[in-house]
Amino acid sequence: MINITNLHKSYGQLNILKGIDLEINAGEVVVVIGPSGSGKSTLLRCLNLLETPTKGEIRFEGEIINDKKHDINTTREKMGMVFQSFNLFPHMSILNNITISPIKVKKMDKKAAETIAYELLDKVGLKDKASAFPAQLSGGQKQRIAIARALAMQPHVMLFDEPTSALDPEMVGEVLEVMKSLAADGMTMVIVTHEMGFAREVGDRIIFMDGGNIVEQGTPDTFFANPQHARTRDFLSRVL
Amino acid sequence: MNMFQALWDFKTTYLSGMGMTILLSISAILIGFILGLLLVLMRRSAIAPLRWFSATYVEVFRGTPLLVQLFIIYFGLSEYGVDLPKFTSGAIAVALNSAAYLAEIFRAGIQGVNQGQVEAARSLGMTKSMTMRYIVLPQALRNVMPAIGNEFITIIKESSIVTFIGIADLMFQTEVIRNTTYASMGPLLGCALCYFIMTFTLSKMVGLMERKFKYND
Repeated sequence: MINITNLHKSYGQLNILKGIDLEINAGEVVVVIGPSGSGKSTLLRCLNLLETPTKGEIRFEGEIINDKKHDINTTREKMGMVFQSFNLFPHMSILNNITISPIKVKKMDKKAAETIAYELLDKVGLKDKASAFPAQLSGGQKQRIAIARALAMQPHVMLFDEPTSALDPEMVGEVLEVMKSLAADGMTMVIVTHEMGFAREVGDRIIFMDGGNIVEQGTPDTFFANPQHARTRDFLSRVL
Repeated sequence: MNMFQALWDFKTTYLSGMGMTILLSISAILIGFILGLLLVLMRRSAIAPLRWFSATYVEVFRGTPLLVQLFIIYFGLSEYGVDLPKFTSGAIAVALNSAAYLAEIFRAGIQGVNQGQVEAARSLGMTKSMTMRYIVLPQALRNVMPAIGNEFITIIKESSIVTFIGIADLMFQTEVIRNTTYASMGPLLGCALCYFIMTFTLSKMVGLMERKFKYND
């Protein structure tokens, strides 16, 4: 579904990504872990071109999306993204947060968009918050709404950029629950996280990044039980 | 007969002046607001000449006196066969001048919107213009509402300059009263009071709007 070849990203002299090769298959849940500054968020943000790669190629469903002639907006419709800081639109009700994109981008009629929105609100357990505003919600609730908002575009893949890092500890669980149920529904997911327990439980594949490279990857069982590289062992010994 | 009784005798004169001032200010505010928005969108455009035009416009209109701009539009242009009516000239001059200030206010407002808002909107497939229209501008305008209100108050006061081309606004009518009564302090205090009533009302209205649109991040 996503094919990344020799992906480089640098800011001036600073090289963040140093030649990433990665393939992500439909239905797969890929969890990216690594120390801060390892380039994992940058990699995720390159997937929907919030960051423009310096070199290399990203294909999504066969199309090269970082080609100048490619219309990235059509690709972004199919890629949902959830941010660390939620980024809900503070001037809109929860319902409008969820329906604005289907209505404006997909030209869906308001009724149909609202039907989808209510289904999603039900799915994330916040049906009673439709008319609330973001400022009235807790962090965990905001993030669940952000997930619902991304899902409203009926994406083919969901990108999560440290979705629980800005949350109070007691709210992490509710967000992870929603993500687990998404994974169980067969959604393709790429997740950057520090939640090792979640990675082990839900991930189909763990990717460990350090210094702009993919150091090691594998299934959760082999990865956590039997890491091959010294850097991976060192990292795991500090976070587990 | 005291001074204030004399002023009361001229109430219709003051009122007609206030009417003209309000009409002129509203026209200038509407035109200036739209022009200001256009200027700030040009300032952020990917097309370099539009950016240069916008930046130059702001510098020139902020950097030269409104009175000179007004005279250029009313007297200067007529030398070249462009004979604009007085009211049109006055409204355009105030609007063009105000657009420069509003553009800078809007620019500050847009810069104040969190970049995460743009990323969220773009990640949902919105184009740049949709993002600007539905996500960034509504938040930017709310953020700078006090500054916009301030600019509107300035417009009401500065519009008194159109007296110089003979528009019968509040300042002009005050001069009429002065010339009729041969008094200065009374008519001028009356004039100041009338301006204050207009600006104070507007300032209270802006305050109400601010509270109505308030939200927390």
